[in-house]
Amino acid sequence: MSRKRPAIQTLMPWLVVFGLFGAWELACIAFSVPEFVLPRPTVVFQTMAEFAGPLWQHSSYTLFTTVIGFALAVIGGVLLGLAVGASPLVYHGLYPVLIGFNAIPKVAIVPVLVVWFGIGTIPAIITAFAISFFPIAVNVATGLATLEPELEDVLRSLGASKLDILLKVGLPRSLPYFFASLKVAVTLAFVGSVIAETVASNEGIGYLMLQASSRFQIPLVFAGLIVIAAMGVVMYFLFAAVEGRLTGWATRKTEFAEVE
Amino acid sequence: MHPFVELDRVSLSYGGGTLAVDGLSLTVEQGQFAAVVGPSGCGKSTLMKLVTGLMPPTRGGVIVDGQEVAGPLKICGMGFQNPTLLPWRTTLRNLMLPLEIVRPHRHKLRRERAGYEAEAKRLLASVGLAGFEDKFPWQLSGGMQQRVSLCRALIHGPKLLMLDEPFGALDAFTREELWAVLQDVWMERRFTGILVTHDLREAVYLADVVYVMTARPGRVMSVHRIDLPRPRNLETTFTPEFGRLVHALRDEISNVREAVR
Repeated sequence: MSRKRPAIQTLMPWLVVFGLFGAWELACIAFSVPEFVLPRPTVVFQTMAEFAGPLWQHSSYTLFTTVIGFALAVIGGVLLGLAVGASPLVYHGLYPVLIGFNAIPKVAIVPVLVVWFGIGTIPAIITAFAISFFPIAVNVATGLATLEPELEDVLRSLGASKLDILLKVGLPRSLPYFFASLKVAVTLAFVGSVIAETVASNEGIGYLMLQASSRFQIPLVFAGLIVIAAMGVVMYFLFAAVEGRLTGWATRKTEFAEVE
Repeated sequence: MHPFVELDRVSLSYGGGTLAVDGLSLTVEQGQFAAVVGPSGCGKSTLMKLVTGLMPPTRGGVIVDGQEVAGPLKICGMGFQNPTLLPWRTTLRNLMLPLEIVRPHRHKLRRERAGYEAEAKRLLASVGLAGFEDKFPWQLSGGMQQRVSLCRALIHGPKLLMLDEPFGALDAFTREELWAVLQDVWMERRFTGILVTHDLREAVYLADVVYVMTARPGRVMSVHRIDLPRPRNLETTFTPEFGRLVHALRDEISNVREAVR
């Protein structure tokens, strides 16, 4: 579908990542930074290999809660976005509440969730959900609300019902917005579950990092950070790939420019 | 000939009380092509909404095809300056959109898809777009997109076609080309047409009758019958008669604008 990108463009992300680690390594050596302040990347990766077992166990747990919370956020966000985008009444009623809710730092609700559900999986899932449904809802609503009035006139003068307009135009039109929001939301979901784990959990990468830092195992903390970042990047590109496949018409400038 | 669209002393004021049109009366006969011209802000687009039933009049009555209009018409084709094609659909599938909505086609579409598609392709060919069925809108030029938009407005065989400055965003040459295209389609199908435009040459080229509207609140100031023989072509636009008609319209609109100032 797309043309071959120049090799340098494919290499660029890796070059930047390795450059970053290299600079980090060199700076630590040059300024002889102590390991418990900022460990060198090589030390971090050694620790990673050393603690591969626990890291794997805890990060797969985090991945699990994140994905569940994110899946709930997709369902909730789409439904809410549809309601808000399709009905001005719902829009005016709900928007201030939604914005207010989104302004609350989610770390502040974790203790409440612990009181309700106890320590463990459920608060993490709910925090992941709470932090990631908002961008999905807003984007779906935007996709629906920015329907051209002329197009709506064309359809209404054909006798189209509200449902017709939603199915034929509204939904396909909001798909690019939806997928764009998924990329952002999935990384936010990681933030949510890790926050919950650091506050109240006996499992998960956040818990592991908290334990490690209380024992001054700073390299392990950084190992955890890198694992989270890696999971976030993988999920982001997963959804970017899905997006490109399903809504290529919206990003045609890069993908389709040379079709003919 | 009998009247197809009748507006009887129609007024419409928007929420705040500003009158968009006031005491607007106008009659378009069945199969006639009418153009409405006027200074900007004279409520031409409001006229579109009134006739199609997208907006109810505050006072007065709108009758289309012998029926008082009380809600969106359901039989009407519409075209705008913006072609409003769906970017995720190919030309052919864009064209099929009205058939997925209008009764009875929407129920027959699944069974008789091949027949409908053949009809759509024939319509595309008649506006010079044969072979573009599988192109996406962004692969078409502005003029081509507008042709598709025109086809979409006609695919379900509406008795009434409403056009709101359909060629306003096109360059002069493409615009003149599309006048001929539109005239051909109209001469073949003889639907009733109402064209809202700023372009007086466009109005004279296409219409049987031109209504000149006053400044806001809009009403009809004068009616000009255009009896130039059809089919008209680019040569027609250089005849003295054509020039005289355009000139007369231009003078009237100047007067309206003067009166406002």
